[in-house]
Amino acid sequence: MAGSEQYPSGNPRWLLAELTYSCPLQCPYCANPIDYARHSEELDTETWKRVFSEAREMGAVQLGLSGGEPLARKDLSELVRHAHGLGYYSNLITSGYGMDEARIVELKETGLDHIQVSIQAPEKTLNNYLAGTNSYEHKKEVARLVKKHGYPMVLCVVIHRQNIALMRDILEMAIELEADYLELANTQYYGWAHLNRDQLLPTREQFEEAEAIANVYKEKLKGKMKIYYVVPDFYEDRPKACMNGWGTTFLTIAPDGLALPCHEARMLPGLNCPNVREMSVRDIWLHSAAFNKFRSFDWMQEPCRSCPEKVKDYGGCRCQAYLLTGDMKATDPACSLSPHRQRILEAVENAYSAASQAQSRPLVFRNPRNSRALIEH
Amino acid sequence: MALEPNSRYAFSPLHRMQWEEAQQRYVILYPEGLVELNTPAAEILKLCDGSRDLDAITEELERKFETTGLKDDISEMLQAALDNGWIRTISVG
Repeated sequence: MAGSEQYPSGNPRWLLAELTYSCPLQCPYCANPIDYARHSEELDTETWKRVFSEAREMGAVQLGLSGGEPLARKDLSELVRHAHGLGYYSNLITSGYGMDEARIVELKETGLDHIQVSIQAPEKTLNNYLAGTNSYEHKKEVARLVKKHGYPMVLCVVIHRQNIALMRDILEMAIELEADYLELANTQYYGWAHLNRDQLLPTREQFEEAEAIANVYKEKLKGKMKIYYVVPDFYEDRPKACMNGWGTTFLTIAPDGLALPCHEARMLPGLNCPNVREMSVRDIWLHSAAFNKFRSFDWMQEPCRSCPEKVKDYGGCRCQAYLLTGDMKATDPACSLSPHRQRILEAVENAYSAASQAQSRPLVFRNPRNSRALIEH
Repeated sequence: MALEPNSRYAFSPLHRMQWEEAQQRYVILYPEGLVELNTPAAEILKLCDGSRDLDAITEELERKFETTGLKDDISEMLQAALDNGWIRTISVG
């Protein structure tokens, strides 16, 4: 019986502001929706400021400024200044591309707390290939400047089959750049990464070897550099507690104003996410159907419904369940108890066979041309 | 690992501690992270301004809360804060 099991309730702590889908990079594992080209109408400065204020009033305190590439927004400093005045801790999630020292200083003065720079690989050729842009030296220079101007320096490297063999070099690069934090984010297979999964998913052996190396450095660098290692759930037995529970902690606002319980949720059919152009953050969080949809255990099917672990993982990720089974209410197949577990095993098998072929299918890079082609398709 | 008796403690420049009205508590903020503090932890960390060592922090809190015997708890909290990088040691002489 479900009598004593309460679904956690709470106000947003995290506001993720995806300021724009514009990006000079073309990473083939981008988490943005593959049809982003159809959502190009961005919120204006005043609307973003209102959203920041309304979310702060509800208790949001961590602010992620991301995209796309947030540096593409001309009003970034103005938005940072507003966020700082409200008491947010603001995190700029950037490729670093297009950043110069003057802008780093300006953002610091307007109250930015932290800059996370992403690098695609620890060497030039692969980095530039994955980014679809000549950016390696520039990114490293930005990382040094971030450090120089007193920000906590967070280096983010997304891990997949094209760079996982370079784990040691990635860690050495982070040491060289004196990163305070290193985020080793195994790719999550949504958006463009889902499309390119056969070319990106590492084999279990590759994953285990890389994890072992990361663990050695984690121990060695204790007290100097914090290493966050995001585990790929395709090689786990249980799903992640996605977003810390639907509608409990995180609020994402997409560039066009759509309010999402998770940054991938736009894809869920019939969810009808509300838009901040039409509703206040308070109404969205408390009263919209989309934010209430999975805020309980009642929607669950078996095996989740009667599973004692549902209070820990909430049945896993709704978007992954939908992508892999076509049913957003299904158990996330990342759980070994899922009746659709086969879908994960197939994905792993397909990646193995793609990895062993001499000529693999080319990666589909994230850019407006490919996005438009995928919309027509 | 025991704390150095002569060390003073300063809050980390890479973290921020602030009062959250919505939560009615102090929190520590750092890149993409958030720790919610209980009242004793917050009282201890507020005194980590680079000018006090363990004895000074203990003395001040025992006076403030009109009690004694806080030293062990405070020492434990400072150790945890050091391990988490919230504070740093400033060694003296």
